[in-house]
Amino acid sequence: MAFLEIDGLKKRFGNVEILKGIDVELEKGGFLVLVGPSGCGKSTLLNTIAGLEQITEGEIRVDGRAINDLHPSKRDIAMVFQSYALYPNMTVAGNIAFGMEMRGVPAAERQAAIDKVAKILQIGHLLNRKPSQLSGGQRQRVAMGRALVRDPKLFLFDEPLSNLDAKLRVDMRIEIKRLHATTGTTIVYVTHDQIEAMTLATKIAVMRDGEVQQFGTPAEIYNNPTNIFVADFMGSPAMNLIPAKIDGNGSALSVVLDREARQPIVLPMPGAPAGLSAFKDKQVIFGVRPEALTDPEGAERNGSSIATADCHIEVVEPAGSDTFAVTNLGGKGVVARLRADARIQPGTSTPLAFNLSKAVFFDPATEKRIL
Amino acid sequence: MSAVTSPARPASSGMSARTLNRIVIYGLLALFAIFYLMPLFVMLVTSFKTMDEIQNGNMLSLPQSPTIEPWFKAWGQTCVGLTCAGIKGYFWNSIKMVVPAVLISTLLGALNGYVLTKWRFRGHTLVFAMMLFACFIPFQSVLLPMATILGSLGRFGATLQNATGFNFGLGNSTVNLVFVHVVYGLGFTTLFFRNYYEAFPTELVKAAQVDGASFFQIFRRIMLPNSMPIFVVTVIYQFTNIWNDFLFASAYAGTGDVMPMTVALNNVVNTSTGVVEYNVNMAAAMIAALPTLIVYVVAGRYFVRGLMAGAVKG
Repeated sequence: MAFLEIDGLKKRFGNVEILKGIDVELEKGGFLVLVGPSGCGKSTLLNTIAGLEQITEGEIRVDGRAINDLHPSKRDIAMVFQSYALYPNMTVAGNIAFGMEMRGVPAAERQAAIDKVAKILQIGHLLNRKPSQLSGGQRQRVAMGRALVRDPKLFLFDEPLSNLDAKLRVDMRIEIKRLHATTGTTIVYVTHDQIEAMTLATKIAVMRDGEVQQFGTPAEIYNNPTNIFVADFMGSPAMNLIPAKIDGNGSALSVVLDREARQPIVLPMPGAPAGLSAFKDKQVIFGVRPEALTDPEGAERNGSSIATADCHIEVVEPAGSDTFAVTNLGGKGVVARLRADARIQPGTSTPLAFNLSKAVFFDPATEKRIL
Repeated sequence: MSAVTSPARPASSGMSARTLNRIVIYGLLALFAIFYLMPLFVMLVTSFKTMDEIQNGNMLSLPQSPTIEPWFKAWGQTCVGLTCAGIKGYFWNSIKMVVPAVLISTLLGALNGYVLTKWRFRGHTLVFAMMLFACFIPFQSVLLPMATILGSLGRFGATLQNATGFNFGLGNSTVNLVFVHVVYGLGFTTLFFRNYYEAFPTELVKAAQVDGASFFQIFRRIMLPNSMPIFVVTVIYQFTNIWNDFLFASAYAGTGDVMPMTVALNNVVNTSTGVVEYNVNMAAAMIAALPTLIVYVVAGRYFVRGLMAGAVKG
């Protein structure tokens, strides 16, 4: 039995269904990231776990106990808010101790708990300051301290890093990961940033329009997206989704990519998924991530199926660690990820290697993965 | 030559036009300020003059031999109607009425604003719209219905008196006025606090809920301590309105020892025994106006901005 179980959760505001039947579970000590574009219902889902929103249908269980009808303070959870929500009229110590004060914990015990948390987060020198005297990163730490001090069964993070600048965000992301590793707490984390999701999670739920599109480990989500939305949303730069045609001669299938004013590229697909044969002579969406489309020298040599084709390079973007090249296939700009020192010129043709073992196919009608 | 100087000329004429504009603007402002402050100036100088000087001198001239005697007389001896014990008793009547009325209406307004923004219920906009409506009711129109209600409350108080030996203040004129001012102040105080709390970060309330704070604990520990600016605005507004109110005061406490300051001042001026003591009248009026001035000067200092800095992102 999982530690956190969400069963058939629905949430309606009047006639509008915000969450349309969510089923998610998380093991003890796991890190679940709810990710999706704004308005997908991820924050609402988190709020229902916290008890700040009532649910219409379904059940939420933590450690085998149904909590969906309990008051937020009785659920044994702690929450870190997007805006940190530090009480401006109280000192840092007062903020951290407020929950304990409300629960009637004796002052001496409160002090000990504050000191312990301050030590973990290295905010001892800030305890007597007001939130207005803190920097963004310090506020973030205090907000985490306020959550940590409860020693709850479940931590909830609502986009905690979105108010920080880019560099601090990376630092705090590592800090949260370290905190999770050292304390072994169970965390549910909401973000719209797929990199945060990939780097932090043990499980990811990709959400759209109140539904979980895919639920799995980061590797599953990244390598085996179940539909076009997940494939497109996860990964940066995004996966190339190229309209293509399946050509076949008996059981040997190949992918045909149209090009403007050039011969189409034909890629043989020896290890094609079984479902693909049904699409012979039909249109599909051919998905290939930029790192699976690279210069032949940089390609995995022992990859099972590498196909090379000459492509016309339109734009070259050197990004320091890699060089991105844009070519046009099937009427769309397609990004290839090359080594940083790849010798490549825009306006010329150069061979690109397609790693077809990493390629995925989608049905353009249903947008679902062809397996 | 002319080609060189000509660009400078419009600039200099523009400069003088701007100076002229300034002179006109500041001149007008000064004129209006003088016009506005003139009565206050006359009151102030008259209150420090002797009667001889008033009768023989110029209204605008400074006192030749300044005296604070009129102020003492106004405070302790002048006649209000038939009793000649000064206005001090009435001053305290007003204080006893204003302080509870301001505090109660402000706190209730804060509570209303808190509920209307952070604990929304079905129909909260309608409730708020109706409370706003109270701000636009002309008070003359409620004089009679309110008198009926106060009469009923008085009879209820008398019943309580008979039953329990204690009437809980019902029927007392000061309590009546507090009640009336609280009721008719609620519209404004609710409006002030609702609009302030509308912008108050809801995440603070949610965080406090997760921390286990109750409805009133959140109100007392989170909302009120962070409401200083609007609290001060509301207190100044309510204090000024209630202290200066003449209509309700004269209607529900217009006679005897229970009169508030405004009614008493009216009676001081209307008392017609012998010569009209302008200096005493002016001093009494100044005393009547002082508390609102003091409230503004003292509370205005807490009109600080940026109290919410640091609550949410930096």
